[in-house]
Amino acid sequence: MSIITSSVSQGFLWSIMAIGVYLTFRILDIADMTAEGSFPLGAAVTARALTTGHGPIAATLYGFIAGALAGLVSGLLHTKLKIPDLLTGILTMTGLYSINLWVMGLTSNLSLTTDPKLKTIFSRFPVGDDTTTVIVIGAIIVVIVIALLVMFFNTEMGLAARAVGNNQAMSAANGINNDNMKIIVYMVSNGLIALAGSLMAQSNGYADVSMGIGTLVIALSAIIIAEIFLHNLSFGMRLVTIIGGAIIYRLIIALVLELGVDPNYLRLFYALMLVLFLAIPTVQNRFRQWEQRQANRKRMSED
Amino acid sequence: MPALEIKALHQYFEQGTVNENHALQGIDLTLEPGEFLTIIGGNGAGKSTLLNSIAGSLPVTHGQIKIADHDVTYQTVAKRAKLISRVFQDPKSGTAPLLTVEENLSLALRRGAWRNFWRPGVKKSDRALFKEKLASLNLGLEDRLSAEIGLLSGGQRQAITLLMATLQMPELLLLDEHTAALDPQTSATVMQLTDQLVRAQSITTLMITHNMQDAIKYGTRLIMLDHGRIVVDVGGAEKQGLTVPDLMRMFKEQSGSELTDDAVLLS
Repeated sequence: MSIITSSVSQGFLWSIMAIGVYLTFRILDIADMTAEGSFPLGAAVTARALTTGHGPIAATLYGFIAGALAGLVSGLLHTKLKIPDLLTGILTMTGLYSINLWVMGLTSNLSLTTDPKLKTIFSRFPVGDDTTTVIVIGAIIVVIVIALLVMFFNTEMGLAARAVGNNQAMSAANGINNDNMKIIVYMVSNGLIALAGSLMAQSNGYADVSMGIGTLVIALSAIIIAEIFLHNLSFGMRLVTIIGGAIIYRLIIALVLELGVDPNYLRLFYALMLVLFLAIPTVQNRFRQWEQRQANRKRMSED
Repeated sequence: MPALEIKALHQYFEQGTVNENHALQGIDLTLEPGEFLTIIGGNGAGKSTLLNSIAGSLPVTHGQIKIADHDVTYQTVAKRAKLISRVFQDPKSGTAPLLTVEENLSLALRRGAWRNFWRPGVKKSDRALFKEKLASLNLGLEDRLSAEIGLLSGGQRQAITLLMATLQMPELLLLDEHTAALDPQTSATVMQLTDQLVRAQSITTLMITHNMQDAIKYGTRLIMLDHGRIVVDVGGAEKQGLTVPDLMRMFKEQSGSELTDDAVLLS
């Protein structure tokens, strides 16, 4: 039971990150590596703010804003300097590693549990035991995030942003500034990823400079699990299913750990899982073709 | 005030290298409001280069382009969109495939205008207008406002693109061989629709075509490009009486060579 509830609570936090990744991945068609830097950035900024006496809500917001600024940097590098999207993310991510260390006061791990008076967003608003609190507050934040995103992407500007990812020649011909729209999506995306990092740090009780490794792979896995199970959904429904994807993914990981796999091998497992998820559509297709061929051979030999 | 004024426009590709291509060699062209210009010429004559220069997708090497008295020579594509609308050759290029029909139309309705993040992208009050406009296409699209546009056929998408280009009246409409990728029957339908839309609102239009018959049949003025120069320019009564053999003869007289491009001859 505890595996399930803890997976659900972690899944909610991961889903915020996965939704952030989804924006660049599916709307702009970019696998943005900035995520690996903005996730720990959100954690670092929030942890530093909390340990220097800021309130948990403000500290969480600072995390979001810092992530949005990281997105701004990647967006500018990609659109104004025309650096390829993959390299842009790697550059920002690499630079952020030093920045994250600096934010945390040149230590690789900043604890939130040493000061008993320190309140995280979860201990400030407890609704039950720790796991329940994370689930409830996590769910509330996810719902707010999804509602705001659905609203935004159905406004004039949001529609323009979706058009940019879809057809840049068309959007430019209709007077849409492609660069600005991409930068906005980059900022919102990385803001959300950093928000997830911020919440994760508050839930775990520490920020760690290496906690971003694997962010993109985890988020993409959650997205693709959601996409494998349900096709052709509206934007809002897709975001909701990503929560499910993140929780299922977290459950799989928890089961693997339960089976006695050494946590040191977890990232190899993350990578292999994503390879598997990415391969499923191709394998399905091959299998269908094989079936058709078999059926066809049978028909032809009967004639 | 002319709708379009091009002065001494030159375009070079790979300037200063052995592969240098002087694609446009001094184009001077003025279009009065309401003129419907058709442009023909063989491959490499500079038709697309001219259109891309006007649209802004190709930076100008030398010369000046003014649209309705606005100097747009150095403006980006998005900036010029206030004045220009465009229909591309590839039916896929003019619409965003994953957005619905009404979302595409809504985007076009705000062409060149500021888009904010509090007004809805698709307004309920615009739906009646969209339905009415779609019904006028006679393609049965008025009931498919919420269909993903990528699921429609090339002809349907091109017809919608045409509608999008004229939803918000442009100072200049650019048609880039917009029927070339369609089957003959659909191509004829879209061409008639174009003529109808352009004439109903007297939109100043510039249409590239490979089809000599279309170039003669439609529009109020015709120019022929060869090696980056305008070699034939006919309008008014003279254009109305024009035939394909006339055009071939004129081309020979002006350029000193036979018109040998299969694509132009056969269509």
